Amino acid sequence: MTTVAELPAGFADKVLSAQSTFRSVMDAMARPGSVQRIEAAAGVPAAMMRGTAAIALTLFDHDTPLWLDPSMSGTSEVTKWFKFHTGAPVIADSSICSFALIGDARSLPGLDRFAFGSNEYPDRSTTLILQVESLTQGPGIELRGPGIDGVAVMQAAIQPADLFERLKINQTLFPRGIDVVLVADDTIVAIPRTTRLAAKGG
Amino acid sequence: MTAVRENGKQARRQAAMAVLAHSDAAGIASRLEAIAVPVYENLREPENGLVMVRGRIGGDGAPFNLGEATVSRAAVRLSSGEVGFGYTLGRDRQKARMIALCDALVQSDEFADAVESKVIAPLRTQMISERSRTAAETAATRVDFYTLVRGEG
Repeated sequence: MTTVAELPAGFADKVLSAQSTFRSVMDAMARPGSVQRIEAAAGVPAAMMRGTAAIALTLFDHDTPLWLDPSMSGTSEVTKWFKFHTGAPVIADSSICSFALIGDARSLPGLDRFAFGSNEYPDRSTTLILQVESLTQGPGIELRGPGIDGVAVMQAAIQPADLFERLKINQTLFPRGIDVVLVADDTIVAIPRTTRLAAKGG
Repeated sequence: MTAVRENGKQARRQAAMAVLAHSDAAGIASRLEAIAVPVYENLREPENGLVMVRGRIGGDGAPFNLGEATVSRAAVRLSSGEVGFGYTLGRDRQKARMIALCDALVQSDEFADAVESKVIAPLRTQMISERSRTAAETAATRVDFYTLVRGEG
């Protein structure tokens, strides 16, 4: 049972931290595969990485329903922290959430359980925020698509191993689809729905 | 027993809040200087926002939205763990932070008496005297209206 007396604090400097985090996320989305750093300092609940906490404080509010995976919702600390600092409602139905936070990516549920948006409103889709081990070391991955000049290569240790296979549904669903933000500690990489992925050399 | 003590603490916090919300920031700041304020962190940075003010016609009619009011709020945590919340009308963020700090101090066993005697009590005296002065000034210009009974016939 976490009381408010034990909650981690929010951003130390609310406006500037939120602005710089927003800039990092925007740059990451505009240049898929590029590794962006999040420099804002904030209190972080135990189950969360620094980048995840900063993104949450920047983007979440009472209009963005959240879905938490079991590793996040296991303790009440994360839920209470969200409620206190962002006011975002935590919901059990993943098919209508704006953001899904995946603390343990190995247990990522099927992507069809999240919102893809509609053809009229493709923006009403779920943005997955996935915590991974590393975004600088691991197998190479090739990315193509808008925002990339030719081919971008990123190296990342990502669970689940078939994430890229699963993200191929973005090709058939377009303009509907799922956007993904990968977080490893304070580094982030975004994979918007327009990006096509392939294992390097494949 | 614990419930009784909690209720007492809650009543004390409410009483302190009733005084602090009506005091001006400079008054709170100057009186807070008399206390050795312990180390604290901003759990929630002071921020401005809007609240919808609701009213009822005649005090008991159907509720309606009167309009939005600017408020500031803050939350601080003392190093000893007490968490204080401050809400106040207006855009004065420092006032919200000081109210939150006083709220936290009122809850701590160590500082409760000092805050009560050095901050809350003087402010309360000042608030009551100002209120009674305004009431006296208003009373001096009071006009009584009589409804004259119209003579029939």
